[in-house]
Amino acid sequence: MSTAKDTWRKAPFIANPLLRYGLMIAVAVYFVVTLATLPIDWDRVADGMTRAQRIFSGAFPPSFERAGLLFDGFMESLKIAILATVGGILLSVPLAFMAASNIAVKPVYLMGRGIIIVARSFHPVIVAIIFVKAVGFGPFAGALTLVVYSIGFVAKLLAERIEEIDFGQVEAMRSAGAGFIATLAYAVMPQIMPRLVGLGIYQLDSNLRASAVVGIVGAGGIGATLANAFGRYDYDFALAITMVIVGVILISEAVSGFIRKRIA
Amino acid sequence: MLKITKLTKRYGSGDPVLKELDLTVEGDQLTSVIGSSGAGKSTLLRCINRLVEPTSGTVELNGTDFTKLSRRELRTARRRIGMVFQGFNLIDRLTVMENVQSGRLGYISTWAALTRRYPREDICHAYELMERVGIAHYANKRADELSGGERQRVGVVRALMQRPEILLADEPTASLDPKTSEQIMTLLRDLANELKLPVIINIHNVTEAKEFSDRIVGMRYGRIIFDDKPAALGKEQMDEIYAGVPAEDRAQVGAAA
Repeated sequence: MSTAKDTWRKAPFIANPLLRYGLMIAVAVYFVVTLATLPIDWDRVADGMTRAQRIFSGAFPPSFERAGLLFDGFMESLKIAILATVGGILLSVPLAFMAASNIAVKPVYLMGRGIIIVARSFHPVIVAIIFVKAVGFGPFAGALTLVVYSIGFVAKLLAERIEEIDFGQVEAMRSAGAGFIATLAYAVMPQIMPRLVGLGIYQLDSNLRASAVVGIVGAGGIGATLANAFGRYDYDFALAITMVIVGVILISEAVSGFIRKRIA
Repeated sequence: MLKITKLTKRYGSGDPVLKELDLTVEGDQLTSVIGSSGAGKSTLLRCINRLVEPTSGTVELNGTDFTKLSRRELRTARRRIGMVFQGFNLIDRLTVMENVQSGRLGYISTWAALTRRYPREDICHAYELMERVGIAHYANKRADELSGGERQRVGVVRALMQRPEILLADEPTASLDPKTSEQIMTLLRDLANELKLPVIINIHNVTEAKEFSDRIVGMRYGRIIFDDKPAALGKEQMDEIYAGVPAEDRAQVGAAA
């Protein structure tokens, strides 16, 4: 009878002890050095505290006096979001087919992927700044921004779904002598439709949220109303706007979640 | 008449899957192709309508050499070959009628296809065929609501909608239970007779192959090593078709060459 070991330890994640302890020390040193060298002015932080207190006391109680302005801003945001979602999806579908490696030929595929990567690489706020410069202040700049934002998200995920389809159906259509468009419409579209509807609803919800942000840089909607309220020290109105934004987003999340669950 | 001459298919630089294979199918006979997995049955069938591009050799259907056709010509020519698949390859989310009509996609305009405005005679033909195989009452059901046997009937009707000159069936009964499988084989045999249609079936079930076909072709590693009436397929021939492991066989071929 052999003596069985009664102790067991999980092997360390990094086997080399020198490397393991070296890395730990390096991380600790970097953290301390960073804290020591970052220009944090504690006096200004203290000043800021009193300013923050002024803002918050000014914000209470929230003022719904200018509800009309609030409502107009929201309707504009909603219009921007709907316009951007519809436009974004109309552009995303052909782009997704271009960017699916099992459907498109190599040069088209690379171009499709390229467009999606460009659309994804900038945060909506940066895109909004560019469009505000290009087409002027207002909701049109916001809608264009969110179209780009929608393409980056919807086209990418849709392309990935197209790459996962059951290719046998495509084979069946080809063997019947179907043309390219007819093959896509019969063999591919029915397979990706549930995902497309889900993405569309999610994107509407997401665009509504993003439209509040891009408004701050001048692209219209409720964000513009919020930025103005802050600029004029109307903190109570700003709080009212913020509360309504949170409320609307909660509702839209609930609705889109419900719909997506039903179509899944 | 389908005439395959010196058909070779090679994937990459490896051993060819089909080796200078010759096969002629005439009249309205039902031909079964048997052989172990990897023998090249499926590749053979797919080379006929060029779902798989042959490396060399010719495939001639009633005077048209399929291997010489351009992309555009091939698309029109494919209408003449109906195909039935092992996994049915139906469009699950569309109705049975749309699935059946998808067999006409090579004939109708893209616009008609997108708007589902199918020609009157196609609808009539569809109902006739669906009536014949017993699925007419499912016309408005979604294809994924049907059972396996019913789904394969849709697959067969879809292929027949092309008014094909030949029907290829790639293991049409492999995903079905024995009883349904027999029904589908009976259906294929009867349709071959009624429509004077030559049918080539890849099949694993040798008992069914012997029972339903007029002719059996046995394949082994890219070559046809048996081609005769079902009655001539005895124990000895069976052993030859199914015996051996791929590696051994390739070694022997290598030694002989």
